[in-house]
Amino acid sequence: MKLALIFVIGVGMFVAMQRAAAQGSMTVQTSVQAGSAFSIQTSGSGEATLYVIGLGQVLKRSVQLGNPVYFEAGSLCDAGHYLVVLEQSSTVETKPLDVMAVSAPGRLSFLAKPSRLPVSVHEGITGAAYVFDSYGNLIVSPMSVSFQLSNSAGSVQKSDVTTHAGAAWIEMDSTGHQGIDQFVAQAGGISSTRVIRQVPGDPCALKMSAQQTGPKLELKTEPVVDCSGNPALDGTIVTFTETYDGGQSTADVPLKHGIAEVAMPAHHGATITVASGVVLGNQIREQ
Amino acid sequence: MKRGALLAFVLIAATVAFIVIGTVWPISTAVAFAGGERLLESSSTPEAAARNLGQEIRLKDWGKAYSSLANRSKFTEQEFVEDVTGYYPSLRTYSSLDHFEIRPLHASDSDADVEFTLDWSTVVGTLPDTRTVHVVRNGDHWEVDWPMQKKPVLPPQVIPVEYLRWDVINRGPGDDWGVQDVDGPNVRIDDMHPVQRAEGVVVLGELLNEDVLPAYVSVTATLHRKDQSAIGTESAFDRISHLLLPKQVTPFLIQFPNASLSEVSSIRMEPFSTLVSASADPVIEIDNEQLNPAPDAALTGQLINQSGQVVNVAHVLGTLYDKSGNLVWVVDQYVDRALLPQTPVSFKIPIPEDLAKKVSSQRTVVATYSFGGFL
Repeated sequence: MKLALIFVIGVGMFVAMQRAAAQGSMTVQTSVQAGSAFSIQTSGSGEATLYVIGLGQVLKRSVQLGNPVYFEAGSLCDAGHYLVVLEQSSTVETKPLDVMAVSAPGRLSFLAKPSRLPVSVHEGITGAAYVFDSYGNLIVSPMSVSFQLSNSAGSVQKSDVTTHAGAAWIEMDSTGHQGIDQFVAQAGGISSTRVIRQVPGDPCALKMSAQQTGPKLELKTEPVVDCSGNPALDGTIVTFTETYDGGQSTADVPLKHGIAEVAMPAHHGATITVASGVVLGNQIREQ
Repeated sequence: MKRGALLAFVLIAATVAFIVIGTVWPISTAVAFAGGERLLESSSTPEAAARNLGQEIRLKDWGKAYSSLANRSKFTEQEFVEDVTGYYPSLRTYSSLDHFEIRPLHASDSDADVEFTLDWSTVVGTLPDTRTVHVVRNGDHWEVDWPMQKKPVLPPQVIPVEYLRWDVINRGPGDDWGVQDVDGPNVRIDDMHPVQRAEGVVVLGELLNEDVLPAYVSVTATLHRKDQSAIGTESAFDRISHLLLPKQVTPFLIQFPNASLSEVSSIRMEPFSTLVSASADPVIEIDNEQLNPAPDAALTGQLINQSGQVVNVAHVLGTLYDKSGNLVWVVDQYVDRALLPQTPVSFKIPIPEDLAKKVSSQRTVVATYSFGGFL
C-alpha cells in the first residue's frame, strides 16, 4: 500500500515537472540602453514566439525554448516602456522592458529668442536647450549645458546650467553694442549656434542743420545715434516738418550712411522740426 | 401640357416684341454705345458743347473729341489723349469715364466758362477730375477751348540714388525644429480712438514700426459687447499705408457699418506685421499742406517726387488732430496721375464738414507704388 502511494506521488511529480518544462519561461533585463544589443534568456523546451512591443515598434522572433534570443545593436532605438511577450500554444507570459536613452548627448535642439532686439535690454535674450542622444531620445538625467553669448566687440557672457527633465534654459542681457551675436549652447561636446542681432535703440539727441541754397532749404541731420552711441541703421525714417504762415511741408526721409538730408522750399520765418518715430529732435527757425 | 405650351408661346412673343421695340425706338445711351450719335446733341449752347465733349471722352471717341475743340491747332490729338488719360502709366490709364457733370460759371454772347467734373472709374473707386473749361462761340455753334496741361519736360540729368534694400533668409524645410525663424517686425499701436458716425462705428488710430526693418502691416479690430460676444471684425483694408519703413508711422481707419458705439463694451485690436522686401526710395516731399476751413473743408497740398523714378500710384493719408493733439479723423485719397521727378502734383482731400471745426493740425503721409520702370 505504501509502495503504491509512493509510486503515485512519484508519477505525479514527474508529470508536473514535464509540464513545467514544456511551458517554458523567459528572463528579461529590466532595462537596456537604446540602440544596444541585448538578449532574452528562455527556458523550457518546445517552440514559442517572442514579441517586443513598444509605441510604434514591434519585434517578433520565433524561439526555440531553452535558448537565448539575441537582438542585434540598433534593434530598439526609441526610448520608452516596452512589453515582452512569450507566446506558446497554450500559455502567454509577459514582462516589462525599459529602453533608456544613451547617456552621451548626440544632438542639441537650441531655441533662442528673439532673433533681433535692441541693445542694453536686461534679460532680453532667452535660450532653451534640449539634450538628445544620437537616436533622438530626450536625455532626462541631469546634465550640464554651457551657454555662451559673444559679440564682435569681444564681450562674452557665459553660464552653465544643469538640465531638468531634459531641458536647460537661461536669460541673458543684450550688450550695449549693436552687431551680430553668436549664441552657443554646448553639452558633452555637442554644440548648437544661433544668431542674435542686436540693433540700435531709439535715436538719441537728434540734431539737424539747415542751409539755404536759392529757393531751397537744405536740411541735414548729424549722424544719428542711439543713447549708447550706436549709429542708427540706414533706412530709419526721419521726418522733417516745415511750418510757415498757414501751411506746412513734410518729408519722410530714410537715413543713408547714418544721415538724412532733404531739400525743402524756403519760407521766411518758417519753423523746422525733425523727428524719428516718437523721438523729437531740435527745432530751427528760418530767418 | 397645353398650359406649358401657351406660356412658352407668350414668352417667345414678348421677347420678339421687346427686340423689335428696342431696335426701332432705342434709348439714346444704347445708340451711343452702339456707335450711333443719338446721344450727342447740337452744340448750340456752351453746356451742350461741353456735354458733347464729355460723351465723346466717355466713348473714347478721341478723333471726334479732338476735332470738336476750338484750340486743337495748339496740340496734337495724341497730346490731347495723353492729357486726359495720363502721360505715364497711372490709375487714370486703366480707368474709364463713369460720368461727368457740368456747372455753368459765366456766359456771354461770345464765350462762357463751365466747371467740367469728370468722374473716372478706377480700381480704387471713382476719382474726380475738375477743370474750368472755356467755351467759345464759332458761328452758329460753340466749341470747347480745352485747358491743356502741358506734358512736364525735365532737363536731361543724372539723379544719383543710393539704393537701400533688405534681404531676408527664412528657415528652411530641413532645419531642426529648434532653429528659430527671423522674427517679424515689432509694430505698436500708438493711438486708438472709436468714433460714432452716421454710417456706424469707426475706429481710428496710428501704427508705428518701431523696428529697424521694413514691415508690411495691417490692423484688425473686433468690437465686443458687455457679455464679450463679438459684434463684428473688420480690417483697415486700404485706409492704411501697408508698407512701413523703420520708425515710420501710418494712420488707420476701420469702419463697422451699422454698428452702434453704445453697444460696444471693449475693442480688441490686432496689429499684423511681417517682413517684406522693400526699398527706401522714393522720397516724396509733401509741400504746401493746408487745412482749408468749411465750407468745402479740405486738406490740400502738393506731392513732389524727389527721386529719379516715376511713381505710378500715390495714396495720400492725412491724420487730423484737435487742439489737444487728439486724433479726430483720417482722410485719404489716391492720386490718379503719375508722379514725375521734381514735378509737383496737387491733391485735395475733403474733410467731413461736421469735423472740420475740430481740426487744428494734421500729419500727412504718402504710400507709393511704382511699376518698376525708370524715366
